[in-house]
Amino acid sequence: MTHTPATTDAVLGFISARYPRAELTADDDIFSVGYVNSLFAMELVMFLENTFGVVVPNDELRIDNFRTATAMTQLVARISAHPLSGVGS
Amino acid sequence: MIELALVGDPVLDVVPVEDRAGARVFVDAHIAPLANEFERTATVPETVLDALSRAGLWAPFLPTDLGGRGVDMVTLGAIHEEVGRGCSSVRSLLTVHTMVAWVVNRWGTPDQRHHWVPRLADGSTLGAFCLTEPGAGSNAADIATVAEQTPDGWRLNGTKRWITNGRRADVFLVFARTGATIVGFLVPRSTPGLEVSAITEVLGTRGSMLAEVRLRDVALPDDALVGPRGFTAGMVLTSALDLGRFSVANGCVGLVQACLDASTSYALERRVGGTALWDLPLIRSKISDMVTDVRAARLLCTEAGRLKDAGDPATVMATWIAKYFASVAAARHASEAVQIHGANGFGPDHPVARLYRDAKVMEVIEGSNEIQRLTIADEALRGLAGSPS
Repeated sequence: MTHTPATTDAVLGFISARYPRAELTADDDIFSVGYVNSLFAMELVMFLENTFGVVVPNDELRIDNFRTATAMTQLVARISAHPLSGVGS
Repeated sequence: MIELALVGDPVLDVVPVEDRAGARVFVDAHIAPLANEFERTATVPETVLDALSRAGLWAPFLPTDLGGRGVDMVTLGAIHEEVGRGCSSVRSLLTVHTMVAWVVNRWGTPDQRHHWVPRLADGSTLGAFCLTEPGAGSNAADIATVAEQTPDGWRLNGTKRWITNGRRADVFLVFARTGATIVGFLVPRSTPGLEVSAITEVLGTRGSMLAEVRLRDVALPDDALVGPRGFTAGMVLTSALDLGRFSVANGCVGLVQACLDASTSYALERRVGGTALWDLPLIRSKISDMVTDVRAARLLCTEAGRLKDAGDPATVMATWIAKYFASVAAARHASEAVQIHGANGFGPDHPVARLYRDAKVMEVIEGSNEIQRLTIADEALRGLAGSPS
């Protein structure tokens, strides 16, 4: 699986399904528009892990990796390239 | 004195529980007959805790390579339902232990996992989940317990209240504020500065060995912290509460089933003016509603579990909905079960007074029903987008 436009579209699709009133582009800061709370952050990580078959290690759970759909796309690509990065590392 | 002899030897008779059927047999032999006594004494005795260990019930979902049995979430929910049918206090012990075990397994470092998970899997270490405080319940963001970083690690100060299994737990997962985030720390019971005092006067789940836990300059090593720091630190708490909510929801299904079982038995044997209660239309209507709601609640819980097993983020909302529905049903039907029993239901000769007291607790814990109703409304927005709900 490549992690470029299709990944970004999937991320945006997930966010818009959860918040249909949001009109976000790939580079919009989802935190600045007030859509993220702890519940949604959890759903977002579950979505990335389930959809793209990755496990997001603790050291990648940084706010900047989730700030935009583009950042999440890059995160998925980075984790996919280093699949030995594990939970709790 | 608890009459354990009535239900067989709690240790020798125990076999590992693999599924709902096994849990049912275990609960009927070792928990349900003693539940009123657990409540009266505000204690689940060590013999029963040991039986739970031997049955492998503390955290069967943990991975097999670390001593667990890899049980899926649908099965875990069914097991917690059966335990909840027998005794909400015992189910509460499983709930908080499950939350601690899940956090360590999901968010712990390899060293933390290898140290704690096997102990949590076999029940040789029991966990307690320390979030609630005198001034913070569902509003977890208002907790006042603080963690300060020191040259050697961390120092915790604060007070936790209504801590299930606090009287007995070996390790406490304590949530504390550090900067703008809330993080969790594993605090062994023997840690200097940790003080536990029992809470026995409580409305419901009196057997769950509640305690207040005070932390006074508790010094912890750096590796006591579990999970990420920064903005996602809150996910450790959120994900643990999600699983706790799942357990409570399933426990509520069991509670409704217990109301149904007790009410049916009583209605069949009790006669009023020569007529069995069972034949009175208003009694039948109450029982019909119990039958309907227990099935509906069970389906909601099963769906939430299925989504967890699939790693589907929709499980978060599904779990909220299941807990909301099941806890409301539990409170309603526990009240009706007492009504069916009349004054006979007020005392210890039947389970319904305990079920009534326990059911009210379920509408408050793991996110009050008011919070749930605010949160579930967002699901309507998802529906507008055309996504499956």
